[in-house]
Amino acid sequence: MRRFLGFWLYVIFSLVLLWICQARWLTPYVQLVVMFIGINIILSSSLNLINGYMGEFSCGHAGFMAVGAYVASILNVWLFTSHKVFGPALLSPSAAVYLFPVTLFAGGVAAALAGLLVAFPSFRTRGDYLAIITLAVNYIVKSSVENIQAIGGARGFMGMRKVIEGMEAVWNIPWVMLWILVCTGLTVWVLHRFVSSSYGKGIVAIRDDEIAAEIMGVNTRRMKLMAFMLSSGLAGIAGGLFAHILGYINPGTFTIMKSTEVMVMVYLGGMGSLSGSVLSAVAFTLILELLRPLQVIKWVVIPLLLILLMLLRPEGFLGNRELTDVFPRLRRWFAAGKEA
Amino acid sequence: MVDLLLQNILNALQWGSFYALIALGYTLVYGVLLLINFAHGDIFMVGAYIGFFVANFLLGAYAFKLPTALSPPLVFALTIVATMALTALVGVTLERVAYRPLRRRGAPRLYVVITALMCGLLLENGNLALLGASRRSFPTLIPATVYDVGGVLVTNVKLLVILATILVFFFLETVVRKTKLGMAMRAVSYDRMAVPLMGIPVDRVIVFTFILGSSMAALGGVLFASAYPVLEPYMGALIGWKAFIAAVIGGIGEIRGAFVGGFLLGFVEIFVAALFPSTLRDLIAFSTLLVFLSFRPTGIFGVARATKI
Repeated sequence: MRRFLGFWLYVIFSLVLLWICQARWLTPYVQLVVMFIGINIILSSSLNLINGYMGEFSCGHAGFMAVGAYVASILNVWLFTSHKVFGPALLSPSAAVYLFPVTLFAGGVAAALAGLLVAFPSFRTRGDYLAIITLAVNYIVKSSVENIQAIGGARGFMGMRKVIEGMEAVWNIPWVMLWILVCTGLTVWVLHRFVSSSYGKGIVAIRDDEIAAEIMGVNTRRMKLMAFMLSSGLAGIAGGLFAHILGYINPGTFTIMKSTEVMVMVYLGGMGSLSGSVLSAVAFTLILELLRPLQVIKWVVIPLLLILLMLLRPEGFLGNRELTDVFPRLRRWFAAGKEA
Repeated sequence: MVDLLLQNILNALQWGSFYALIALGYTLVYGVLLLINFAHGDIFMVGAYIGFFVANFLLGAYAFKLPTALSPPLVFALTIVATMALTALVGVTLERVAYRPLRRRGAPRLYVVITALMCGLLLENGNLALLGASRRSFPTLIPATVYDVGGVLVTNVKLLVILATILVFFFLETVVRKTKLGMAMRAVSYDRMAVPLMGIPVDRVIVFTFILGSSMAALGGVLFASAYPVLEPYMGALIGWKAFIAAVIGGIGEIRGAFVGGFLLGFVEIFVAALFPSTLRDLIAFSTLLVFLSFRPTGIFGVARATKI
């Protein structure tokens, strides 16, 4: 029973949170912040797989997020609502209740395929050059979306709100919050299982020494392919959720600035530390919201904080350690479970 | 038809010059420190702004006036010199405050890269917070003269930009290949551990590299502002990334590479803009990079370094 304690704790936490949202005890603004925290947890922990565990420097995570956001939104709008470009709804809006996870997953798959754009060059390129490739992919995705006029081009794409309304017409529960909780839990669980499996240890071996890992029988190509596709696929799912929170996306959202934000979370939390990523996603989102009144100064304060962090504590909160290493007592609770 | 082609080639040369000037800074710092100085594009922006203030000061736009009015060409020359010096100071300050402590501690290179990214954001947004979002227009220092050479329009600014870039290239080539300082720079790049043992002051070499790189960016900034006289805080971001691509295509760490890569990217962009809708420009520039790096991961002049176990 104890093995699943972490899982049950997370389920109870989610149910309580959903109930609180349902009872409207939280203002919409606080709910929004909670949802962004969930998304940032997915983004930072999935980027940590590449930057922390595999030791590559990927700085274009927002590009994959954009792919997921656009694919999931377009599928949803096309299937469940009538839209001036895509025509009338193909299915009844109430089907969204069952098919929403499918479209979300499709967005993730599309983003994972976009991840191949980075994965294949990574076989021959390493380090700084790979960083540029990821960056280029981010820009390529952004400017491709800008050039497709059917999905709004640079003006953006909307209509996801109607899909959510269609779902709420069937059962009136906070659907987006529900899916964010499910996806966040799943992401952390999948990543935790992945990096602690013998298969995932190959990724850490690539970080430590790629050539040595290859000699010791790690199929580095397959590992890299797996890692990039998993990471970008999760980013795509986060993007799909992000699109449905706001109900409006435009390519300007998914720039290098967004990628930088995710990177900041990863480095704040510490490389190769899943619990660090989760903690820093929570902390960073809250800091970002607290600094919102500062407006322009916010983006002066945040880089400054990060520069100071790099100078004073370069390994972040928990560099290469998990929360259970710092507080061994916690191990009782999360024996083989997850940090959530 | 031919004059249109020539006109576009000329435009491409000018546009590529800016990329080449900025790419030189990336390449110098990378060549010596193996550090991608992501703040370099914003140093270019700082250069343009400093140039703006210096030029306006010399023209007597502020309360403190010079005793005699200077002629515009003289103002232009003085602006370039003063801007290069002041911007170099900014670059060195960045190195001193942010990068050197990290280097001393032997922090992994990735942390230095993140710090550089953050320094870039700091410069951009610091400028935005300090000076506001309003755009500024650079004063006209060299009155534009248009020469018509058989249907091809050549402005003196264009010629100046291209000429300056070529001069800078030869200057840097000489510095790196022929002088003692250049030899020290190459030595630091080759083996940073052994170099201090030979009595070479590593820190001084690195500071000098930053001076060279930042002043080239400043030169680029002033020239850019003279050609396109609108300044805004984010002007350095995209052009910085593109210049970085130019440096990578040429093979980062190679001065010839930055030069060739800069012009190559300039040509690609101008001809894409001439043949296709201009919104495709970024898409094609970045796709070129991706395809290029997939086939030749070290750039045109780059040499793959063998990894030992």
